Amino acid sequence: MKAAVIVFPGSNCDMDMYHALTDFIDAETVDLVPHTAASVAAYDAIFLPGGFSYGDYLRSGAIARFAPVIPSVITEAKKGKPVLGVCNGFQILLEADLLPGAMKRNKHLKYMCRTVDVNVENADTCFTRAYEQGERLRIPIAHGEGNYECDETTYETLKANNRIAFTYASDVNGSIGNIAGITNEAGNVLGMMPHPERAMEKLLGSEDGRRLFTSVYRHWRDTHAVTT
Amino acid sequence: MINVHVYITLKEGVLDPQGQAVQRSLVALGYDEVETVNVGKWLKLEIADGPDVEARVEQMCEQLLANPVIENYTYTLEREEKV
Repeated sequence: MKAAVIVFPGSNCDMDMYHALTDFIDAETVDLVPHTAASVAAYDAIFLPGGFSYGDYLRSGAIARFAPVIPSVITEAKKGKPVLGVCNGFQILLEADLLPGAMKRNKHLKYMCRTVDVNVENADTCFTRAYEQGERLRIPIAHGEGNYECDETTYETLKANNRIAFTYASDVNGSIGNIAGITNEAGNVLGMMPHPERAMEKLLGSEDGRRLFTSVYRHWRDTHAVTT
Repeated sequence: MINVHVYITLKEGVLDPQGQAVQRSLVALGYDEVETVNVGKWLKLEIADGPDVEARVEQMCEQLLANPVIENYTYTLEREEKV
């Protein structure tokens, strides 16, 4: 599997993502791909890390959405390749219209940085297949704008089509239905606020994020099985 | 040159946590008459005059300045008088 971690000016979880992909799964190549790259067509999976792309100056993700690399990310996402956006990456996916809805400031207006309980709502996606349905994970969050908002119709559609991949076990930021992560209709694009790439080692608090990366790898392996 | 004033506010019905915090603070200061506060953004653009100014400002709002999922925008154009 060839993985791309897109680096925007202001990305600060890119090296954690790189670490997760290089040290825990057998990815053939993991490249840090700059936001100016013209294409990510050579990669099997694309990862948008957390941080503060372009300083989040206008609105989180709003400027990154127009980075030169994004049209190619959209093209590859539409081809069905796994695209994961974590935190600021999730916000970019929303702004780029690869996922529905928008982010607002957290309900209590506080930036939050702690480990929370997250429920696996759908263990049947290419990002969650190594988890158990309904499993409770410990995953860190670190965001000021993670209050997920969408209209009632969109929310009903997300529920009806099993597109809510993760929820918070409690109301941490005001998100509709405690949503922590959603997928697109085809299931190959996941946006999530909690940071699985920061939950890779027991020593650092939790290794519950590992299986997300294992899932993507297994999905790739199974869809690219060598037939001789 | 034209001055364009763009006002961005959260849509009706979208929870405005900043507005609520400001409202509570005003009440705490004794301004009991304040029932709601909405916090938004004001952007001032100085742009060169041209034939499609309004259409282009509209596009700027849709494309980048506002997030139409949760935000409304209005704008006014102010042409500077030639001296």
